[in-house]
Amino acid sequence: MIRGVKGSLLAAVSLALVGCAASNGETASAGDKPAEKPVKFKKDPYPSTYKAYPGQVTAVRNVTIFDGEGGRIDNGTVLLANGKVEAVGGPDTPIPADIAVYDGTGKFLTPGIIDIHSHLGDYPSPSVEAHSDGNEATSPTTPEVWSEHSVWPQDPGFSRALANGGVTSLQILPGSANLMGGRSITLKNVPSRTVQGMKFPGAPYGLKMACGENPKRVYGGKGRAPSTRMGNFAVNRATWQKAAAYKKKMDDGKAVDRDLAMETLAGVLSGEILVHNHCYRADEMALVIDMSKEFGYKVSTFHHAVEAYKIADILAKEGICSAMWADWWGFKMEAYDSVNENIPLVYKAGACTIVHSDDANQIQRLNQEAAKARAAGRRIGIDVSDEVAWTWLSYNPAKALGIGDRTGSLKPGKMADVVLWNGNPFSAYTRPEKVWIDGALMFDANDPKRRPVSDFELGQPGEGDVK
Amino acid sequence: MIRALLLSAAAIVAVPAAAQDIAIVNAKLVIGDGSAPIDGGTVVVRGGKVVAAGAGVAVPAGVERVDAQGKYVTPGIVAAFSRVGLTEVDAVTGTNDRSAPRTRFSAGLDIAPALNPMGSPVAVNRASGVTRAIVAPGSSSNLFAGQGAVVDLADDMDMVTKPRALQYVAFGEDGSAKAGGSRAATFLLFREQLLAARSYARNPAALAEWGNDAMIQRADADALVRVIDGTTPLFVRVDRAADIVNVIKLKGEFPALKLVLVGVTEGWLVARDIAAAKVPVLVSPLTDLPSTFELLGATQSNAGRLKAAGVDVSVGVFDDDDAHKMGYATQYAGNLVGLARVPGASGMTWDQAFASISSVPARAVGMEGSIGSLRPGRAGDVVIWDNDPLELGSRPTAVWIDGKAQSLTTRQDRLRDRYATPQEGALPKAYDR
Repeated sequence: MIRGVKGSLLAAVSLALVGCAASNGETASAGDKPAEKPVKFKKDPYPSTYKAYPGQVTAVRNVTIFDGEGGRIDNGTVLLANGKVEAVGGPDTPIPADIAVYDGTGKFLTPGIIDIHSHLGDYPSPSVEAHSDGNEATSPTTPEVWSEHSVWPQDPGFSRALANGGVTSLQILPGSANLMGGRSITLKNVPSRTVQGMKFPGAPYGLKMACGENPKRVYGGKGRAPSTRMGNFAVNRATWQKAAAYKKKMDDGKAVDRDLAMETLAGVLSGEILVHNHCYRADEMALVIDMSKEFGYKVSTFHHAVEAYKIADILAKEGICSAMWADWWGFKMEAYDSVNENIPLVYKAGACTIVHSDDANQIQRLNQEAAKARAAGRRIGIDVSDEVAWTWLSYNPAKALGIGDRTGSLKPGKMADVVLWNGNPFSAYTRPEKVWIDGALMFDANDPKRRPVSDFELGQPGEGDVK
Repeated sequence: MIRALLLSAAAIVAVPAAAQDIAIVNAKLVIGDGSAPIDGGTVVVRGGKVVAAGAGVAVPAGVERVDAQGKYVTPGIVAAFSRVGLTEVDAVTGTNDRSAPRTRFSAGLDIAPALNPMGSPVAVNRASGVTRAIVAPGSSSNLFAGQGAVVDLADDMDMVTKPRALQYVAFGEDGSAKAGGSRAATFLLFREQLLAARSYARNPAALAEWGNDAMIQRADADALVRVIDGTTPLFVRVDRAADIVNVIKLKGEFPALKLVLVGVTEGWLVARDIAAAKVPVLVSPLTDLPSTFELLGATQSNAGRLKAAGVDVSVGVFDDDDAHKMGYATQYAGNLVGLARVPGASGMTWDQAFASISSVPARAVGMEGSIGSLRPGRAGDVVIWDNDPLELGSRPTAVWIDGKAQSLTTRQDRLRDRYATPQEGALPKAYDR
């Protein structure tokens, strides 16, 4: 229904560029008169108020571990303490006395799934017109809008993604009606009264961009540019040109009139904001890569990337991630050349591979989508182990979001964002049993009290049901 | 040029084989009727039909033997509610025959001539193990959407197994939108159109007398008469618990109606009413979001709870992609098996789950005797799988429809093979085929 924009990120690039400095710093920006001293504006005016919920020191033993970076430990032990992964190892890993210890026999333990492409909150359930907050489809370029200002924290979809999907972090993107849809936001998948209470502390912002059919259809339909793919590029290039001039003025220490749109784009050009570019066709991705070089920015991730397999070598060379579905196809012309082996072919080429949802239903079973893709790869001789396939679900999206140093894998010192599955998560017969976020137990299939119920569902039929 | 490419691809794929007499032996044999798989089983297909299946079945002389090497052998999947054949690329309107929002007809519409057996979704779904589908129209400009069909997914030009196999109508929010804005309008319009059809049946001249005031066209009346007398099953999309109860009550007024409920998202709240009325349901079982106010009670345990209450539950793939990805049926059925292991949740056993995508939908559309299982007399729709068919990523290695071996190569496979190495060679990719 909603095909959001995605961005592509050169994982290596962004980590260095996007850290806390980007979100905590202030920028010299506009003044009313050129002669005045440049005024400073906060780069993080809606700061995260998220704090880890209380957790117990917890160990899981005798469990099969996929560490998220391609490692596997059979009969493993994991220790979570103070919100962090304290230790990961084999059966001999020491654990303190008098702590909660779970027996993981027959079960699997993984980093929480990270969905790099979601519209939960900005296209929430119920999907009534009053909730349609994902596309500011009034101009083809709206880099000034921020998706966090649309996120409804009471969307019941968050709890489904947690309990059925084991999703612990997710990026909420604006939709793909616009060439430049606005800023994305990365959230911890915790219930909250406010979106600030969900914001992943220190995560860099993203910029959602969109190629192809959607922008030209939406604006061509209104009798304005862009109405063609060449129009898409013309509008993008003109906007980047303006942004480059704005940034240069700032870099030169000159006062500029504050322009929220240009602020976002200048953030992209300086590497603080990561580009997530919805793009289906191979030829268009190749053109976007050249556009990014023309203006000096980096695409973090191509989202949807249905034809990534046709240019997997180029994507590998450019260090751009592809966030993909396992098998969606045929809903529109630019999704016609989908192949079931897209994900494994991108992996085989050595390019950054991510499984994404763009969907309030499929976010609940991204592990199953990865399993289908892995099986399709195996049939053509691309042998991907379970533990390597898990990188598509946690560490790779974490890196593409600029949070790979803090979550996405089970390494000591990283956030204890962890799922205990009641079997192999690449089986249709498996579901999450427990989900920890920063070491706090946020879902437990055995404890109805550990099942979040949003305000919207309180007092409604099926409140607190297994869903 | 595009047309030429498609034709050449089709030429490679589609050389329909003649019906073979075959015996698949050494199978992990799934009959599809809810019984447990049989190790070392045999299924014999002659003249396009199953003649025997089970353990210890002798292979008649002169029948080709296929050794399944212990793999799962099942009836083909029956897509319980779909639009396969009605669309190629959804957003390319010329290829999309799901709905007819500007027609002056409604119940009389018949999708049969709109089906395209050469469309790539037919081949893609076949390659995922789907051999038959219940295909319903999307909507018309009026309340009744028209008549659907039961189809096969063989690579030949004759797709229709049973034309006019169902009539489709949506109640709930979609029905309100068609009927004039409220559920009251929906129920009244439904009743009045059936009554008009009944009057027409008694006095065919009545329609002419009504002239421009007629509520329905002659073709619509013809179709609705067959609904009233139970000849054509009436598939009703309905989700809200109260709407389900009210739709079932329509049987009081029109006792011969053969109702099949589609969607039924809040069905678990009124499972006993549905079971008592002996009305089969088709559900999309992983629907668990309150995406509208008529889905507030949505839960993945709906299918399991309905089944436990004694309702005949078919599992379909709709509200998702109902034309291109019918292969999701096996994944969804597998999820029901998984749900049975979740505390407080309801699912199905493996045997029940498989039946819910084979014999149960066949029964819902009144064709249990001819498709959907490997019991003797059913169509020779047989699939050999590379693994447990309800597990993720399992695929058919061989498919027969009416006893004819089917191509499993799709356009997608051709693209995959072309780009297995993405770099261009001595000549551009266009020369690789």
